[in-house]
Amino acid sequence: MTPPRRLTRWLVALVVLHCVVAGAGFFAPYDPVEQDRDHPYLPPMRVHLMDVQHHFHSRPFFYPLRLREGSFDQYQEDTAAAVPLHFFIRGADYPLLGFLPSRAHLFGTDGTRIYLLGSDAYGRDQLSRILFGGQVSLLAGLLGAGVTLSLGALIGLAAGYYGGWRDDLLMRTAELFLALPWLYLLFALRAFLPLTVSPLEAFLLVVVVIGMVGWARPARLVRGVVLSVKERDFVRAARGFGASDMYLLRRHILPETASVLLTQAAILVPQFVLAEMTLSFLGLGVPEPTASWGNLLASLQQYSVLVSYWWMYLPALAIVPFFLGYLGLASALQQRAGTYKIDEQSSWSPT
Amino acid sequence: MREERFFTRRCCITVGFFLACSSLLPLPISGFPHPQQTNRKEELLAMPGEIGRRGGRLVISLRSEPKTLNPLTATDSPSREVIGAMQADLVHINRATQLTEPALAKSWKISPDGLQYTLTLRQGLRFSDGHPLGADDVLFTFRVYLDESIHAPQRDLLIVAGKPPTVRQVDAETVIFQFAKPYGVEERLFDGWAILPRHLLEKPYQEGRLAQLWTPSTAPKEWAGLGPFRLKEYVAGQKLVLERNPYYWKTDANGNRLPYLDELVFLFVPSADAQVLRFQSGETDIITRLGAENFSALSRGQRGYTMADAGPGLEYNFLFFNLNDLGDKSSADLTRKQKWFREVRFRQAVSAAVDRDAIVRLVYQGRGSALWGPVTPGNRRWANASIAHSPRSLERARTLLKEAGFSWSTAPNAESTLQDSDGKPVEFSILTSSSNADRTKMATLLQEDLKQLGMRVQVVPLEFRSLLDRVTQTKEYDACLLGLASFDADPNTDLNVWLSSGGTHLWNPSQSHPSTTWEAEIDRLMEQQLATAGYDQRKKLYDRVQEILAENQPMIFLASPDILVGAKNSIANFHPAVLEPYVLWNVEQLFFRNGGENASR
Repeated sequence: MTPPRRLTRWLVALVVLHCVVAGAGFFAPYDPVEQDRDHPYLPPMRVHLMDVQHHFHSRPFFYPLRLREGSFDQYQEDTAAAVPLHFFIRGADYPLLGFLPSRAHLFGTDGTRIYLLGSDAYGRDQLSRILFGGQVSLLAGLLGAGVTLSLGALIGLAAGYYGGWRDDLLMRTAELFLALPWLYLLFALRAFLPLTVSPLEAFLLVVVVIGMVGWARPARLVRGVVLSVKERDFVRAARGFGASDMYLLRRHILPETASVLLTQAAILVPQFVLAEMTLSFLGLGVPEPTASWGNLLASLQQYSVLVSYWWMYLPALAIVPFFLGYLGLASALQQRAGTYKIDEQSSWSPT
Repeated sequence: MREERFFTRRCCITVGFFLACSSLLPLPISGFPHPQQTNRKEELLAMPGEIGRRGGRLVISLRSEPKTLNPLTATDSPSREVIGAMQADLVHINRATQLTEPALAKSWKISPDGLQYTLTLRQGLRFSDGHPLGADDVLFTFRVYLDESIHAPQRDLLIVAGKPPTVRQVDAETVIFQFAKPYGVEERLFDGWAILPRHLLEKPYQEGRLAQLWTPSTAPKEWAGLGPFRLKEYVAGQKLVLERNPYYWKTDANGNRLPYLDELVFLFVPSADAQVLRFQSGETDIITRLGAENFSALSRGQRGYTMADAGPGLEYNFLFFNLNDLGDKSSADLTRKQKWFREVRFRQAVSAAVDRDAIVRLVYQGRGSALWGPVTPGNRRWANASIAHSPRSLERARTLLKEAGFSWSTAPNAESTLQDSDGKPVEFSILTSSSNADRTKMATLLQEDLKQLGMRVQVVPLEFRSLLDRVTQTKEYDACLLGLASFDADPNTDLNVWLSSGGTHLWNPSQSHPSTTWEAEIDRLMEQQLATAGYDQRKKLYDRVQEILAENQPMIFLASPDILVGAKNSIANFHPAVLEPYVLWNVEQLFFRNGGENASR
């Protein structure tokens, strides 16, 4: 498979995954914070086509789960009444993509709630929470990567282009940042910040905190590219014609760093998603009841949840396709950058 | 769990401070005769219960290392638990019946005016090192407990009307305690005062190093007690091993000397989950202080052990608002919010909106009870049965809020925002301790309950120390969710929670004057019951206290967890109680039905 086609495939896969998360309101049957206090720790329901009498139904249905007598969390299927599954149903209000008020849901039921991936300790739908949690975690990852890359690119450009003591200062700082135990730094940073914050503020804090930490590596990479580019003939020529520093950086040098930055972005986004999950897992991220993948996994800190309710692990699986997608994208980008280099060099060599 | 205990300890210390300020008198205790070397027959106490067999070692895990083995300075719960198995008191509260029974004192008499307690000691008893026990040991014990320079946390419990009792010896077996005023708790007050060996401790006491004595690393021969077990070995960071006290003064119904067990081993296992795993793998024989979720996880995989729900304990969890009068130091934001918090109908509305049944079901998996007052159903003698158990009612909550001048930005349904009379939205935060999953869960449920009234609530899990600091020192908080656990059923143990001058009067601690009339009335009632003799009279007074609390809701009581424990099937005489120590209170009677298997381990 040629590199551009591979790249396209990974890109398409990622776009689809992100669309599902962005349209969480549509794909999720319920509001992610709505509690169903009669159904805590409900296991994932089975969708049937065949009923207990072995009759086939064209419309998928499920049997509601009822608590076993005298038990807190042991359910059994009540096969007396099948509840049909409806598609494209009107349900709970939600803002599609954050601003379009909508009530359309991909699937749902008329009465009994359906829990395709089970429910958590408060009877909240795990599927809805995973989808909505993805919005928080992925957005934090994307924005964090954006902050990091902008910082890294700026610092790398300045260090590489101006050189001298500025280079030394910036690169030594970068090395210091690389050497820091960043997880503990995140704790410390978060601990200094105010306690009572709204979910939105907490989210922005998380983004800024993780964005500030990772700039050193991209800055070093960008600096390397700048160091080699600024000695190239076309840059020297432009300078010879009297181009200003700003013009050179913007017009000739920055575009050369694009492939490095893109590859870094593809590597950093999943890393930062993981960083957000770590913070939330440890209770330093977005507060309850807002869902994020780290929040969803936080309940696994308890031994009893770990051994009793396997569906609480599912949020951990949700990140796997995203990771694969981003890492595939990164390697495709790297490969493309490599071949381009070779192409360019081969086209230069005859002249 | 560690938290409430920390708190109780804190309350003790603070009560001590304010009750005892006026009692700087020298201690009028009479002279110390020399230990009489009597050869009189031992007066042993025969215990009912299943007749057991000797041998075996019982292993139990502790959440942390005991800080000390010195009953004079022990405040943390691991220390108290260990000391409980090593020491004995004059009169003991039976943890199962919650009533007193004879211990080192075989009988007692209270004078009709309620001022004089005459205790008759058991004769011929010996400490765990073989040294005989005499009345002088009792006098010495109370002299050091009452010595202010020792700072014994229990000291304040003996201070009545600002004065310590005088203790004097009548003859070799009779000791008289003389109080300045009648003391409502009567002979219960003698529970928990470990009688100390004068022959080992008098010299260090005179040298002023008594409080530093008896750490876990003390050499076993420098240590002696009257409890069923004595010190054998301590391995720092790992375990504390106790061995059978051959001089223990209890026997079973057949006259066999107790305890049955040869050894009692405390393993230091820092996390609750690790304790569960150790118990599950058979490394420990008994597990206590279980959370409901771990309890049901253990119940599911039962192999060779039995899980028991001992019923509602004495822990009560509650939400309270910041009612401190901060004057100029208060931020404008907090002053605005305190206007709502001080409004009794606001607090009543919050209480009416709380879904207590959901808390019991979701947080305690049904192994707990909903609370409308501080006295849990586990405290059978003191709970006021007439307190209304009003079910959740959002209508009532809305009516109360409307009466108090609150309104809704749109129609009063789940989506609208509650506003105060100035049109400001009602928003506040609830602090919880991040290490306590149960309370964080309760706060999340409360958040959802109050959302339905249009209140916007944020839950802030905080490390416990900084939470305490905010509540008791800086007072920068809106509301807080906490729990307290009394160590005895008697109302006096919670004295400094209810007295407005108390340090654990959480919503507005250490006031110089009660700031409201109902707080003044609680003060009066609590002080009155303290000096009233007779259960019925005191109960009437304490019932009224509970009514005032239910009416004014300074604390919105939520729920109380059951005491959940587990033990290997081979352990007999296992009768968990709801008072501390939940399972070791009858450790001298515990035995292994098939002792050999455990002894060899």
